[in-house]
Amino acid sequence: MNEQRSVVSAGLVLAAAVGVFGIAFGAGAVSAGASVWQACVMSLAVFTGASQFSAISVIAAGGGTVAALGGATLLAARNGVYALAMSRVLPRGRLATRLIAAQVTIDESTAMASAARDNTEARRAFWVTGLGVYVFWNLGTLVGAVAGSAVDPAVFGLDAAFPSGFVAMLAPLMDQPAHRAAAIGGAVICLVATPVLPVGLPILCAAAAVMLGVRR
Amino acid sequence: MTWTLVIVLAVVAYAFKATGMVLAAGRRLPPVLDRAAALVPAALIAALVVNDTVTSAGALTIDARAVGVGAAMVAAWRRAHLIVVIVLGAAVTAAVRAIGM
Repeated sequence: MNEQRSVVSAGLVLAAAVGVFGIAFGAGAVSAGASVWQACVMSLAVFTGASQFSAISVIAAGGGTVAALGGATLLAARNGVYALAMSRVLPRGRLATRLIAAQVTIDESTAMASAARDNTEARRAFWVTGLGVYVFWNLGTLVGAVAGSAVDPAVFGLDAAFPSGFVAMLAPLMDQPAHRAAAIGGAVICLVATPVLPVGLPILCAAAAVMLGVRR
Repeated sequence: MTWTLVIVLAVVAYAFKATGMVLAAGRRLPPVLDRAAALVPAALIAALVVNDTVTSAGALTIDARAVGVGAAMVAAWRRAHLIVVIVLGAAVTAAVRAIGM
């Protein structure tokens, strides 16, 4: 019971922090020239924060649709890799469930599910976090787009909230040599690749680090 | 901002997610691929921590985030509760920023 409550409350804390970024996104999108509708449809349908921020920053800087799509696509690609991993956790064969699950397969839901001790807890963590983040990201976008006043998440240190949470979610995996090797390898690949590859690709390349763990 | 951007990005973003999710649906992956898929989150989330902590706009940068996430790492290693780790990381980062480092 306690573990269940813990997963739910942790998922909701993450979701609330995402809500503040949603406000920043909504306000930023409108000031980059998007309508309130465009900002909201983007958050509902794209639902990939890093991609969306990248797209509006290109537009705000005077870039075109193609340039905005290029960067945003690289940042969206990692969700496909997460989905491969999450499809192992979800029940087999239910296509409709999977198509809904696909939309909420993001950094937060994947990390929360991976930190779980068994499949049942992993599913709960995935759905609570994924749906919670979905609700708060979209509410935040609406508020930010309508109110138009940007909040700066950096003032509250909220930009550090996510890597901090991810560190805590990785911690229980570090006891297992295969996971430890994959995590250290992934971190090193990202560190080395960041100065030379476009934003988004280093995280994708980090997937190669699973080869270090597969043999263990 | 064009509707073309909104719609194409939505289709592309969902296509990535749905492909990964449906590709492996209803079938058992070969053992090596299954093990590799199980390790994907560890590799990518660790990379994401590096990305969110010590990079900014495609360059390596050390700032207040490194101090905050460093504190979070110590707390996580001591097995503090997830919420404690998150709040600590954010609070330390905000405090370091407030004193102008």
